[in-house]
Amino acid sequence: MAKSFTQEFVKGLWEEIPPFRLVLGLCPVLGVTTTMENGIGMGLATTFVLLCSNVLVSLLRNIIPSKVRIACFIIIIATFVIVVELLMQAYTYPLFLKLGVFIPLIVVNCVVLGRAEAFASKNSLLPSIADGLGIGIGFTLSLAALGALREILGTGTFYGAMVFGPFFKPFTFMVQAPGAFVCLGLMLCVMNLFGSK
Amino acid sequence: MRELIKMVIVLTILSAFSGGLLAGLRISTAAQIENQQLKFVKGPAIKAILEGAANDPIVDRFKVTDGDIDRSFFVGKFNGKANTVAFESFGKGYGGEVGLMVGVDLDNDKIIGVGVTTHSETPGLGAQAKDDPTFVSQFKGFAIVEPVKVTTDGGKINAMSGATITSRAVCSAATDAGQIYQKLKPQLAEKLKEFE
Repeated sequence: MAKSFTQEFVKGLWEEIPPFRLVLGLCPVLGVTTTMENGIGMGLATTFVLLCSNVLVSLLRNIIPSKVRIACFIIIIATFVIVVELLMQAYTYPLFLKLGVFIPLIVVNCVVLGRAEAFASKNSLLPSIADGLGIGIGFTLSLAALGALREILGTGTFYGAMVFGPFFKPFTFMVQAPGAFVCLGLMLCVMNLFGSK
Repeated sequence: MRELIKMVIVLTILSAFSGGLLAGLRISTAAQIENQQLKFVKGPAIKAILEGAANDPIVDRFKVTDGDIDRSFFVGKFNGKANTVAFESFGKGYGGEVGLMVGVDLDNDKIIGVGVTTHSETPGLGAQAKDDPTFVSQFKGFAIVEPVKVTTDGGKINAMSGATITSRAVCSAATDAGQIYQKLKPQLAEKLKEFE
């Protein structure tokens, strides 16, 4: 039960990496990963919300009555999502435009609620911070990886820079919705191949 | 009973705290957000609409009070005359308000061009209103005072396929712009003289 800070942190990076191991929060995973930049931006926004909500839920876990805990969690999460939305509008406007409706949708990202309910509401502050950071960074890495894969295949660029030169014909399919499912499926497949015991 | 009271109190305090925090943050970021919107969203739309203007429309702007709202107008000078303004109006889209920048020539009351500014429409469908210029180019040359409608509603604008609600939103924003324009035209003409 009593795991160290590092253990809680590291588990989010591989053992419980959200989209691939927990298969949670797939809406933004499929929706915004058309480029690596979008993936990282979305991942960082989610990490911020996850970390803040984990901290607050963990601090308030003895005050929140268990019958209305989900409502309380949602209020906390929604608050931080709007904070992120306003901050992104104020400071990283072009990214905010690209992510559009997916930023408010972090509210219903089940990774965030899932960690609040399954972890932060049962653990003290420090492990909750580690959990939030770990899962958040794991989420960011998965989005970045999926975004990079789709960007390379779909538009022939990597983080905005050309990879193959002008004669490469991109598979536009990969940056569209069906391509997202195919990429995610392939990555899950690879993860399972390596992770199978 | 005690549990019930506790639930109500906790939820109330939490909501109040959250509301206060967000209101504060909203006020403190409002100016910065307006700057960013001018730079990234309205700026390009205004420049596209008032293409070839002799001045910088983003610098040459003024505000007119309409009821209890301040509306920003951006001035375009053509052939040495400040006779064109661009301003923003809104329509109800699929994912919230759709902002539309409308450029009007005061000499003949005709739309010289429109461009979508802020929106939260579905990427690939409604968002095409902003990304694909063919839809908004249909508005060019319409008389601003006439209501604008899509063909399915008996108008002249071809809706974007798969995005009828967004198309309607853009049309209703344009119609709304017409009403604002009619109401404020005397004041606009007055203000424009300052930019001659």
